[in-house]
Amino acid sequence: MTMQDATPPLSQNENGHSPALMVRRERRPMRRSRRIADRLLRLACIGCTALGVLVLGSILLLLFFKGFSALSVNVFTEVTPGPNSPGGGIANAIVGSLVLTTIGIGVATPVGVLAGTYLAEYGRDSALATVIRFVNDILLSAPSILIGLFVYFFMVQPLGYNGWAGGVALAIIATPVIVRTTEDMLRIVPGSLREAGVALGAPMSRVITGITWRAARSGMVTGILLATARITGETAPLLFTAFNNNYWFSPSLMGGIPNLPVMIYKFALSPYQNWQDLAWAGALLICLTILALSTVARLLLNKEKAQ
Amino acid sequence: MTSLNTSVMPRIHIDTAITGTPSSAPDTTAPALPVRISVRNLDFYYGTFRGLKDISLDFHDRKVTALIGPSGCGKSTLLRTFNRIYSLYPDQRAEGEILLEGQNILDSSVDVNELRARIGMVFQKPTPFPMSIYDNIAFGIRLLERPAKSELDGRIEEALRKAALWNEVKDKLRQSGTSLSGGQQQRLCIARTVAQRPEVILLDEPTSALDPISTGRIEELIDQLREDFTIVIVTHNMQQAARISQFTAFMYLGELVEFSPTERMFMNPAKKQTQDYITGRFG
Repeated sequence: MTMQDATPPLSQNENGHSPALMVRRERRPMRRSRRIADRLLRLACIGCTALGVLVLGSILLLLFFKGFSALSVNVFTEVTPGPNSPGGGIANAIVGSLVLTTIGIGVATPVGVLAGTYLAEYGRDSALATVIRFVNDILLSAPSILIGLFVYFFMVQPLGYNGWAGGVALAIIATPVIVRTTEDMLRIVPGSLREAGVALGAPMSRVITGITWRAARSGMVTGILLATARITGETAPLLFTAFNNNYWFSPSLMGGIPNLPVMIYKFALSPYQNWQDLAWAGALLICLTILALSTVARLLLNKEKAQ
Repeated sequence: MTSLNTSVMPRIHIDTAITGTPSSAPDTTAPALPVRISVRNLDFYYGTFRGLKDISLDFHDRKVTALIGPSGCGKSTLLRTFNRIYSLYPDQRAEGEILLEGQNILDSSVDVNELRARIGMVFQKPTPFPMSIYDNIAFGIRLLERPAKSELDGRIEEALRKAALWNEVKDKLRQSGTSLSGGQQQRLCIARTVAQRPEVILLDEPTSALDPISTGRIEELIDQLREDFTIVIVTHNMQQAARISQFTAFMYLGELVEFSPTERMFMNPAKKQTQDYITGRFG
């Protein structure tokens, strides 16, 4: 084994000395140090992985322990209680979060999908598309509190706290995620499929809606699911927009809308035991939702790969 | 050289014996044949690179014309001008005339979608759409017309029969087109094209991604399709050109070197360059 490893460089040795000897003399100590370096790197990698898993595991473990022990039927059926009063739940916050997320994804999906389609199918490598792509990437990593302030300025200052503003703030966070995944997924669709559609006399609109969207369908749905997962836990953009309240909200969505992230923020900081327990229950629900969304997204992608 | 020539010759004779249609027939009557596509002084540019140089050539009605030549000679480029599919790419343009029934299809007033329905195209790699076998074919038909369900069913069966695929898929029309084998996928693509009832079918190396058995089936199919359609095929395989075409055009470096009835091209080429290529001296 060692001899075999040493053979290839022999023929390339140019200085004419007995190459086999040189290799033996110079290489053996090198190899030992390399073996040590190899082991060290592997150890470091395994160690850091273990550290990451450990931290994540203990977060989940604590969350599951605290969350499940706080869960009960009235968590889902009753509205948020007063401090230290018995009973109560977070039904209003759960429904509020569902409504806000639905508005957010409802607005972000058409905008994100169509913008992503523009980048992948029409704009491609044009200067305009390149600029849009760059701006989208910035938006993707923009601090969410900034987006909250932006929406506050345009929708809350004139109207007061309202659910529409919260939905729009979440939409602004979800849109760049959907734009990016839509474009990436459409770019994977082979150009030959587009040419085949065009060769049948299909206008570009029919090729896109009938062929490329269909080919990229699972990937695009995955992107929308991941964007949903992303915004279900967002707190900062809701602080100045949907805000919060401890009651059922008006169907017009005007006034503060109770929602899980802001409820957790408020209750977890409070000194009241029953509020703290409900905060854990809310955190668990958000975490389970994200877990479910990510799992479905992963399954969809695997199904796509299998085809 | 002579030995290679004779290796091509028997194939022509065997083919003739099987199909019963002597492929040497057009040889004598060539000038009198009706012309479907007429190319006049065609130049093609990829940006500033001139990919086709002053091509003039007639494609005969209901005949198979093969375009041969080494890689990069412009044969696929020429094929892609007939349905103007090159116009998908902004830096590509064609100059000159391509006459289809007297109309210059390069004219900007021509509706390209209508043109592409009249001139079908099948690609090197099978391109089934991500939908059922039935919908793959219905997609092309529905672009042009809105037939009733029963008529659509009939059209789809007819197309699959013409593409020699009906017997293999008639019980699974609702299955995904991508679930078929490579050879079946390619016949599905041919069925999809045939279903639109085009006048011309362009085939861009349709068998180069297929195994020999699938290739054989496609070649038989092309021979049958010739009864209804004018066919232009790009092929790297000279034996294939000899087996299935009635006319052959040999291209080199963007120029048309020689165009003649296939048999004459392979038995007695007029140009030395052609002879060198078909006998394998270069290319």
